[in-house]
Amino acid sequence: MGPFIEVVLGGLMAGVLYSLVALGFVLIFKASGVFNFAQGAMVLLAALAFARFSEVMPMPVAFVFAALLMVAAAIAIERMVLRHLVNQEGIILFLATFGITYFIEGLGPWVFGDDIYRIDLGMPKEPKIILESMFDGGILVNLEDFIAAGIAAALVTFLAIFFQKTATGRALRAVADDHQAAQSVGIPLNRIWVIVWSVSGFVALVAGMIWGSKLGVQFALVLIALKAIPVVILGGFTSVPGAIVGGLIIGVGEKIAEVYLGPIIGGGIENWFAYVLALGFLLFRPEGLFGERRIERV
Amino acid sequence: MFYRENGQFKTSYEADQALFPIAQDRVFIVVLLLVAFVGIPLLADEYLFRAILIPFLILSLAAVGLNLLVGYCGQISLGTGGFMMVGAYAAYNLAVRAPDLNMLVVFIIAGLITTVVGMIFGIPSLRIKGLYLAVATLAAQFFLDWLFSRVNWFTNDSSSGSVSAPVLQVFGFKWESPVEKYFFVLTVVVLFSLIARNLVRSHIGRSWMATRDMDVAAEIIGIRPVYAKLSAFAISSFFVGIAGALWAFVHLGSWEPLAFDVNRSFSLLFMVIIGGLGSILGSFLGAAFIVILPLLLNQVPLWLGLPMSTATAAHFEAMIFGALIIFFLIVEPHGLARLWAIAKEKLRLWPFPH
Repeated sequence: MGPFIEVVLGGLMAGVLYSLVALGFVLIFKASGVFNFAQGAMVLLAALAFARFSEVMPMPVAFVFAALLMVAAAIAIERMVLRHLVNQEGIILFLATFGITYFIEGLGPWVFGDDIYRIDLGMPKEPKIILESMFDGGILVNLEDFIAAGIAAALVTFLAIFFQKTATGRALRAVADDHQAAQSVGIPLNRIWVIVWSVSGFVALVAGMIWGSKLGVQFALVLIALKAIPVVILGGFTSVPGAIVGGLIIGVGEKIAEVYLGPIIGGGIENWFAYVLALGFLLFRPEGLFGERRIERV
Repeated sequence: MFYRENGQFKTSYEADQALFPIAQDRVFIVVLLLVAFVGIPLLADEYLFRAILIPFLILSLAAVGLNLLVGYCGQISLGTGGFMMVGAYAAYNLAVRAPDLNMLVVFIIAGLITTVVGMIFGIPSLRIKGLYLAVATLAAQFFLDWLFSRVNWFTNDSSSGSVSAPVLQVFGFKWESPVEKYFFVLTVVVLFSLIARNLVRSHIGRSWMATRDMDVAAEIIGIRPVYAKLSAFAISSFFVGIAGALWAFVHLGSWEPLAFDVNRSFSLLFMVIIGGLGSILGSFLGAAFIVILPLLLNQVPLWLGLPMSTATAAHFEAMIFGALIIFFLIVEPHGLARLWAIAKEKLRLWPFPH
């Protein structure tokens, strides 16, 4: 029983990190209907900025500066890209975010350098054995993962309060429901987009810090966007809880498959298993677990 | 003035239903084919064939295939690279395991195998649409990536994981030099473009377009979405599979699954969108754009005489590429083919104001 719980716990922790990236996708999709492929690149940019800033200044200051950089990026993206693509089809906007991805992937390493940088958040790295009294040999856990999960939980709570209680949050939800209606009651669409891209830039920064401290800040960070996509379709494009639950399901499923299924069919399955899992769910619930059900009648 | 159809009267049904009903178009196509079959082989050098013309033609074929699916039937696919990979490995296995088989037959069977695989991964399209489907097709890409790099049977137990294609031999003639390869690819691509062009105006193409424009309405007027969607996946995959086999046998020679990774899928989707959704011509324009742009961007620092490290140059390349994609999407979301259509519209009157 011990090893199994260990696997599940490890999966849950990985899932929390996927959720963090998926959250960025969901926020932007909710408010502007754009499926933002550039989220992974934004994670890279934020992590690079934070890593390089923290070399020359104390960490909180670096955090503020990196956050400001993400706000600047949000403003630039709104001004130069989104504003010109209002009312285009989803696929065009989706591809435009590919353009943004390439641009950031060039810009980030060019400005900040393309070595591997370390982020040291001062989190304990040594694995620890807990619950020795209940299972033989106890369960091996990583304290760092628990802290990461805590940060993620705090972030989600913060976002939930922001969405539910503040005027800006309500405006965001109004825009998500209906662009035109929101505009006609006086909500400025462009400013809302800047805000939502900034918020998801902020989420990218947090995700980048945690991933960066685990893996080191390097170009491969953009690939976690590909990991987060099945999480988003599993949970539903428009649902914040969906991103969390989807992330946990994918994380656990992936780890279990890797440990118990991997040896049978040859290993290396973590690249596609999440997608196939999400696909299986989609066949039964095409709008994702928590997505809004669209009813088409004739 | 140069592009007027005034006075071109159609006196028979054949003339009315011709592939190119306007005389100028026919002249243009004939000139284009002459240039492609006669002019270019006389003028181009080896580098041009190897680095630009052959990749351009093969990717055009793949883009035409993808355009049938995305542009005509409205089903977004991000698994094209995976399907090209199926075509490549199917052709490889057939060629290695049945050496007596005619290469043309090998290519066609490879295409058919890709068709089957494409239809299997097209099944989710019956339940899900739009971006959900796009992401679902990514599953095909990653699964096929894994399949061909991990299951040794497909690579004939090659120790390095990369495989080499046998020499291309059709009708007892070896197509080895770049010019010969170019002729081979060109013939295949012209043939398939003709097929595609005819397909999209047949009843099957019309059922795709109806499904794309509004699936519910299409069903009401008697189009079965199952047939329309799966046939789009099937035929598109056939084209893509042939293109994959060509890419492997003619362009690469020896390859590993990395040659058909997810970036290939993305770049093919770019070609289709930048070229123009729902346009065969657009697929060619898009392929030309995506093939030539990186080569040009490579040269820019040299022309400007800027000393630049390769890393910096690569970063700039990525930035300019991204910016240009955004630029084109903003300027003309309907793609280069739309610009071409606008130009024709203008030429109809030019230089007169009315």
